[in-house]
Amino acid sequence: MKKLARGAALAVLAGTVATACAPGTAKTASSEDKQTGTVKVWLYDEANRAPKEQVVAQAVADFKAKHAGVEVQVSYIPTDAGPRAEKMKGAFNDPSSAPDVVEFGNTDLFGYTASGGLADITSDLASWEEGKDLPQDLKDTAVVDGKTYGLPWWLGVRALYYRTDVFTELGLSAPTTYAELKSAAEKVRSAHGDMLGIAVGGKYTFGALPFVWANGGDLATANGSAYTSAIDSEKSQAGVKAYTDLFTDGICPAQQCADLTGGKTVESFAAGKAGMAILPNSSRSAVEAGAAKGKYAIVPLPGTAAGQVAPAFSGGNDLGVMKSTQHRSLAVDFIKELASKKNQLALFDAMGNLPTLTSARAEVSQKQPWLKPFTDTIEAGTKFVPKDAAWAKIDAQNVVPTMLQKVITGKADVAAATKEAAASMNSSFSGK
Amino acid sequence: MPATTVTARADHGDSPVRPAGGAPAKGRRRSGPLARIPVPLWLLLPAALVLIPLFGYPLYQLGLLSVLKFGQPQASGGVPTEFVGLSNYTDVLGDAQFWSVLGQTLAFAAFCVVATLAVGAVCAVLLTRVGKWPRLLLMFGALGAWAAPAMTGSTVWMFLLDTNSGLVNEILGTQGHNWMYDKWSAFAMVAVVVVWHSFPFVMITLYAGIQAIPDSVLEAARLDGAGTATIFRRIMLPMLRPLLVIVVIQSIIWDFKVFTQIYVMTGGGGIAGQNLVLNVYAYQKAFVAENYSLGAAIGVLMTLILLAVTAVYIRSLRRSGEEL
Repeated sequence: MKKLARGAALAVLAGTVATACAPGTAKTASSEDKQTGTVKVWLYDEANRAPKEQVVAQAVADFKAKHAGVEVQVSYIPTDAGPRAEKMKGAFNDPSSAPDVVEFGNTDLFGYTASGGLADITSDLASWEEGKDLPQDLKDTAVVDGKTYGLPWWLGVRALYYRTDVFTELGLSAPTTYAELKSAAEKVRSAHGDMLGIAVGGKYTFGALPFVWANGGDLATANGSAYTSAIDSEKSQAGVKAYTDLFTDGICPAQQCADLTGGKTVESFAAGKAGMAILPNSSRSAVEAGAAKGKYAIVPLPGTAAGQVAPAFSGGNDLGVMKSTQHRSLAVDFIKELASKKNQLALFDAMGNLPTLTSARAEVSQKQPWLKPFTDTIEAGTKFVPKDAAWAKIDAQNVVPTMLQKVITGKADVAAATKEAAASMNSSFSGK
Repeated sequence: MPATTVTARADHGDSPVRPAGGAPAKGRRRSGPLARIPVPLWLLLPAALVLIPLFGYPLYQLGLLSVLKFGQPQASGGVPTEFVGLSNYTDVLGDAQFWSVLGQTLAFAAFCVVATLAVGAVCAVLLTRVGKWPRLLLMFGALGAWAAPAMTGSTVWMFLLDTNSGLVNEILGTQGHNWMYDKWSAFAMVAVVVVWHSFPFVMITLYAGIQAIPDSVLEAARLDGAGTATIFRRIMLPMLRPLLVIVVIQSIIWDFKVFTQIYVMTGGGGIAGQNLVLNVYAYQKAFVAENYSLGAAIGVLMTLILLAVTAVYIRSLRRSGEEL
């Protein structure tokens, strides 16, 4: 005991001796701009990585042909909110192991900018010839306080994929309302016990939000630049109820679906284990590579009444340059290369990722009729998450999934769960 | 922490060091200001040189962080750090979730400690009773579990427990049953893996202890008419006491701080956060919610709790007349 006390006393003593040092803060801005060396790139590890790798490999080869003595090292990072946030924070805190170029979800931009992680590339994009083709509303999604921190690379919206063979067999047609969707899902599962009526997940935030938006609810309302959560409003609650009502033994049993992520619902539908799923256009390549190939069709996700489309989340990924990069010019050149019209078209062919450049998008929409439900969804109006640094934190903390899971598992009713989520969001919005 | 406990014990028990301490004592007569420092402090110096940078400094940083407002904007965004006193602590202690997680952690750790000790002790006794080949087999099996990294072990168990295609469901014929869905079922599965990882340490330590009991002592007891139960209670248990103390303290510390198994097997805290333990909770607050200073405050509280548990345990041992 005495030894222990003495040890503690020693530790305290050591502490007072070292008082001079404060916790380290990373120096993120770099003054160097090397023209040779290795450009490190982090891209998202999507559900079906191989086709993406091919496009990127070609872009890297083209880039190296233009820049002698430059190597490009591409790594793929996890796409789930928690793990990818960890990766990025590691990069912000330790510039020496950080990449030069990053791909990130357009919702992450505000948090990353507040963390001082991304370089301001306003002037670089202004002088980019091909970039003139980028529509203003898309450019605006990457702007904070008048400065641009990201280059919109591709777009993704979600629509309803369904199995044509199963629907024909059961005499069903594509659902046009939420009620039809629910009853179709029940019929599919009662006829095929090994299939989920619709693959939905307790961790699938962007699968759940369209139901909230379709019922007139929202995550938060803006008051000037300050946000207040609205997830506990009456309309939002109706949306949460509509989504969580799909987690029944007759549709998508809570045991199996409560901890599914969006990526898992892709796998489940692609493997032929689900009658329907809410998937983005960029997941089409994964479905095409699976058992469901040739046996599915896509329609916009129905809203509450016939003829309505449930507003989709306007998703997409940006490319950015890290503030800590020592190869700033090379990094900027590389994101321009990846986002060139040629590569956007190639990425579309490989993955189904919708191009951001207007001319490229027009070209592919004309060529590919399967895109129509997605472009229809975009035209019907899309929604976005709060444009606030707090969103990255809310997302990484799984506030929405926790709310959904509490309802799905019966730990809380819709009112209690949404109220708790709203309180948690508000504490993030207020900077706590 | 484990290292400190062990080292403290080592300094204490190493009696051969003391006579050797006489040599510098002789030098003291030769004068010089350094000579006025008492000999025990000189002897502590090597340990201090290792412990202060490795334990003291990080602990100090942890404490410092816990009284600041320090999040991601402060770490990399150039926002100045701010001294906030004890507000991180009041935030933590005022959070109802902290108390429920603390309760869960204590119960989970207590269960794991008891289960690890029971399984380890039974296997140790078994080792002394069986023949050469079964003994080798048990040794290899246990060492394999011990050698498996927590990350790999947990992942492999998750494959086995998979809802739709896991071997466990296949054998039991319960496809579609999600073992991690119910809170207590999930905790039980994690506990199995924690015990599986840590019982070999207990087993090997106690086996070595049992082997070290001289046969002559046991024989003498038997000649005096003691039965197996009496020998176990009056001879073996007292002789194993120092080892048991170490094993219990180590297990308490390990199981209270369990992180990897919970984090990997329940995906960071289970469905709707039902399987959080303190260490994962601190991680969620510090690194996921980007509130490093709040996480540090939880870390300090955990250290204090562990110190208190260890102190109470050692004290109760001393009172019962045992020297650690």
